[in-house]
Formats: sequence, C-alpha cells, structure tokens
Amino acid sequence: MSDIPMTKKRRIALGCEGSANKLGIGIISHDTLSGSPTVLSNVRDTFVSPPGTGFLPKDTARHHRSFFVRVAKQALRDAGISISEIDCICYTRGPGMGAPLTSVAIAARTLSLLWDKPLVGVNHCVGHIEMGRAITGASNPVVLYVSGGNTQVIAYAEQRYRIFGETLDIAVGNCLDRFARTLEISNDPAPGYNIEQLAKQSADNILLDLPYAVKGMDCSFSGILSRADELAAFMKQKAAKGEDTFTPADLCFSLQETVFAMLVEITERAMAHVGSNQVLIVGGVGCNERLQEMMGAMAAERGGSVYATDERFCIDNGIMIAHAGLLAYETGFRTPLEESTCTQRFRTDEVFVKWRD
Amino acid sequence: MSNSPAMTEFPPPQILTYPASSAPVLIAQGAEGRLYKTTYLLPDQPCALKYRPSKPYRHPILDARLTRARILAEARVLQRCRREGVPVPAVYATNEKAGWLMMEWVDGAPVRQRINEWLGARPDTEAAQVEAQSADQTPLISLMQRIGSAIGRLHRTGVVHGDLTTSNMILQRPKEHQHNGHTGEGAMEKGKALEGHVVLIDFGLATQSSSEEDRAVDLYVLERAFGSTHPRAEELFEQVLQSYKETFKQAPAVLRKLEDVRMRGRKRSMLG
Ligand SMILES: Nc1ncnc2c1ncn2[C@@H]1O[C@H](COP(=O)(O)OP(=O)(O)O)[C@@H](O)[C@H]1O
Ligand SMILES: [Mg+2]
Repeated sequence: MSDIPMTKKRRIALGCEGSANKLGIGIISHDTLSGSPTVLSNVRDTFVSPPGTGFLPKDTARHHRSFFVRVAKQALRDAGISISEIDCICYTRGPGMGAPLTSVAIAARTLSLLWDKPLVGVNHCVGHIEMGRAITGASNPVVLYVSGGNTQVIAYAEQRYRIFGETLDIAVGNCLDRFARTLEISNDPAPGYNIEQLAKQSADNILLDLPYAVKGMDCSFSGILSRADELAAFMKQKAAKGEDTFTPADLCFSLQETVFAMLVEITERAMAHVGSNQVLIVGGVGCNERLQEMMGAMAAERGGSVYATDERFCIDNGIMIAHAGLLAYETGFRTPLEESTCTQRFRTDEVFVKWRD
Repeated sequence: MSNSPAMTEFPPPQILTYPASSAPVLIAQGAEGRLYKTTYLLPDQPCALKYRPSKPYRHPILDARLTRARILAEARVLQRCRREGVPVPAVYATNEKAGWLMMEWVDGAPVRQRINEWLGARPDTEAAQVEAQSADQTPLISLMQRIGSAIGRLHRTGVVHGDLTTSNMILQRPKEHQHNGHTGEGAMEKGKALEGHVVLIDFGLATQSSSEEDRAVDLYVLERAFGSTHPRAEELFEQVLQSYKETFKQAPAVLRKLEDVRMRGRKRSMLG
C-alpha cells in the first residue's frame, strides 16, 4: 500500500511550426482535470525577404534550420520547465511549403529521439482553429481562416472541421503579399501589415473599381490582383509624367475594401447556412483591424459577435501546434517515428477531431 | 399576426410600413437579405419580400453597386426561368433603389432542413451508421433526383445559379398538406416528409452562361456544400448528378469538366 499512483496535475507539449516563413516554438500545459490551457512560452523568428521579393522555400528552410536550436532553447528558458516534464513533441505535418516543413519535422524528430518523447503530427489549419477557440472562448463559431496560403470558411460538424467555402485560386494573403511586391512595400514585419498601414493614409476614401468575385461560399482573388497590378502600372506611368493620379494608399485602400467585403460576405453566407452567429477569424490576415472591424459590423447585425486574436496567436506560431497536438495526444493519438512525414497538401477536413463532441 | 420580436429589431423597408390587413412577418435573415412574408394585391395572396438592406461593413459605393446588380440579376433570372419552366417563384415587383424584390410565396421548408430532419440528430457512431444503411433511403434518393433534374432544367435554359446549396432550395409542401404557415413541423408522417416539388430560390449571384466551366463550378459548389452540410448523406450526391445527366443533354461534357474542377480543388497549392 506504499505507492499511490501519482496523477499528474498538468500535461505539457512542445510545438514546432515552420510551414511558411515563420519558425515558431511554443510550450503549453493543459490542466489534467479542467483541460484549461496555459501558455508557458511562445517564441518566433521570422524570415524576412527584401522588398519586391517573396520568400523562397530553399532560403526559408535554411533560416529554420539555422534558428531552430536558438528558438527552442529560448522557449524552454521562458517556460521555466525541465525537459522531463514534457509529455510530447508536436510538429506541423502540413499544409505548407515542402522544404521548410521538412526541416522542422526533422528537428522535431531529433528532439523526440533525444529526449525519448512521443511525436504528434498536427494539421496547421486545425492548430489555428483550436488556438483561436482556446484564446477567445468562442465555443462553436464559423471560422474564417485567412493566411498567405489559405482562405477557408469552416464550421465544425460531426468530428470534422468542414470546409464550406474557400478560394478557387490564390489565397487572400497571397493576393495582398504579391500586391505589396508590386508596390515594392517592405516585407518587414509583414507585407500585409504594411498594406494595412498604407491604406489608412488614403485621403478621400475613394474606391477604385476592382472586380468582385464571389461564387456562393467560394471566392477568387487572382482577377482582382491582376486588375490592381494594372492600376498600379497605370499610376506609375502617370506619376512619372508628373500627372495627377491616385496614390499607392488609394490602391491599398481599394484592394482591402474589396477583398475584405468578399470575405465577410462568404462568412455571412456560411453563418446563415449553418445557423450560427459567432465568427472566429484566424490566420495571419486575421490580425488586420479593418477586416476585424468589418466582420464585427456584420456579426452585430446578426445579433452575434466576432472573435479574433492578436499577432501572437494569429500569425503562425508554435503554441497553436503544441495546443492542437496536445488535444489529440490526450485522446491517445501518436505519430510513430516511421510515419512522421510531412505533406504540402493536407486539407482541414481530413483530420478526425476526436476531442470535440 | 403580431409583430415578431425580430420585426421590431430591424427597420423594415418602407413599403412594409404602410397599413395592411396583415402585418408582415420576418421569416428569415438569410445570407444577404431579410425575407418577409406579406401579401400582394389581395389580403389572402401571400408573397415573399426579399429585402437587401445596405451593409454597414461595406464601402457605400461597393454596397450600392452590389445591391442593385443582385436585385436586378435575381429578377431577370427568375423571369427567364419562369418562362422556360424551371421551378422558381414568380416575380411580382422589384425596386432596386429601395433594395427589395417581391415574389410568389412558396409554401414549404428549405431542403437543408428537411434532409436534416430526415437524417435525425443521431451521433455519428458506428451503430448509427449501420442503422442509416439499413433504413429505407428511397425517399431521400428520390429527393436527390428531383434536385438533379431541377438543376438540369436550370442549366438547360442558360442560367447558372452561383450559390447552389440546400438552403437555396425549398421543398414545396404537397398540395394536400398546404396551409399558410411556413414551417408547421411534425404534421407529416416520416414517409411523406421528403415529398414535394423542389423550387430553386436565391438567384442574386446567378448569371446567364452556357459555359461548361461555369456549369461545372455550379455543381462543384453544391457538391461541397452538400458534403459539409449533410456529411451522412454525402454518398447520395451521385444521385443528383445521375438525374442531372438524364435531364440535360449537354451534361456529359459538364460532368467531365467537373472532374477537372475537383482536381483543381484538391491539388490547389496551399503555398503562400
Ligand atoms: N419565395 C419564397 N417563399 C417562401 N420562402 C422563401 C422564399 N424565398 C426565400 N424564402 C426563405 O427565406 C430564406 C432566405 O432567402 P434567400 O433568397 O435564400 O436569401 P439570402 O440571399 O439572404 O440567402 C430561404 O432560405 C427560405 O427559407
Ligand atoms: Mg439563401
């Protein structure tokens, strides 16, 4: 009768994210009784490419490899825990860019072997959704997931995050990032952030005529980007001749107003369809305050509200991978070493969500 | 009929503020508009008034442009469909400046609601799946076929819907069950719950097009909406396509295109 089994008060996961140009490592704990999460650390290092350029897979992977150890050590120091307390190592399986994903998966495997901890592969999009739910307390919202690589309207039903609408071509974040390149706006801290700041300087709130492309709950951005690029070229020509013209700020303003109106519209359509009045915005573009404001106005009309997080959780990070991974871990999910691959395409609705009712 | 609580919350369009024998009732706050039930010309002639209020989140220029374009598109397409025998409500009146369109009242419930009632609220356990498989699917299959043929007829007239979902179809209550209420739950026994004509509604995003690509995207949008809304009946979607093919001569080419559209969807790069 000497040994009363020690029940742990909390479970701890370390999460590694590197599906695009952010390398993030975060440590989270879940209370074993209540399940409530506590962020112990959340460290990120971003690969920033020069103005007018995008980040290439090769360079991005090199960035992640060179910073992994530094970021991991910092995350452990910030969390103030010992390695023995960690229950599992979570990493992003996909979707994302091949080379950066692989470099971080290899690092996660190394930690798993080094410390003898089980691995948990996580879907990046599910990571965003679960983190957003945890931070905002939105219990069953329609989710708008908007980032550089994804644009999806999602709602939960029967053990899966179901995709109701999505882009038919490029992601909204990609549209904004590429337009920032056209205007040669800085990529520091993020092209989308700089577009947002520039849009605020548009003097007269003039809306330039851009296509508006919504199909049911789907939408498309490539036609808008081409037209915005054309207008930018036209503006540069006129300015070069010293003629009066609209400004880059007017272009950013018009682009934002148009694409965000589309996003709000498809979200509203999904809310009407599933009968929900909560909306959660996740993903890097979700930091945009104008988008949050527009979404808030729509949700208020429907008698509901919008939930959004700030850049710590909106922008890719390790903590969301740790959190979603730990939720799966707690249901018994493991990723055996020999299956710990990653994949560029990994749809949100492929994940069996065992941890929700 | 007394004012529903929602009626007092939202300002209705001016036309509904005039004295009438029966007060208008807010039936639904759809994706874009609010749908009121009111009467047209005669006090016993019910009609649906679809009001698209201005959207406060949208830039006023964009808002005015979209509202106007959609009301006019909806009216134009409804009239065309009506002429060609596609099952849609008749248009009574429009006022694109004030943002409304008045049309025939369709007595019934959205197909989405009927399918969900039919499938029941069972959890997705293995037992429920076995049960679902053994249950008689004939009424559901027949409904899917009616959906497919309604879309076939729509495409045949050179119209693509632009927002096909099971919310945008009304399952019209068979004549012998009709009364003036909109929902009237539980009145029908289960065997008859899925009977009735499928009436297509909500043509604000519709366009006139005969391109295979546009038609295929129309089907793709419905296929995905169907799968995410009714995951338990996903495999029955094939029936929609089957009867679409039987109704519409050019269907084979559209269905081949649908394959491409699906592939594009699945293969779409997720990269930034
Ligand atoms: N003609 C009609 N008769 C009866 N009910 C209707 C009619 N038109 C629409 N409805 C109801 O109103 C809802 C919203 O209408 P809809 O045209 O789809 O607007 P929205 O564009 O806002 O989705 C429909 O789902 C349906 O329940
Ligand atoms: Mg509708």
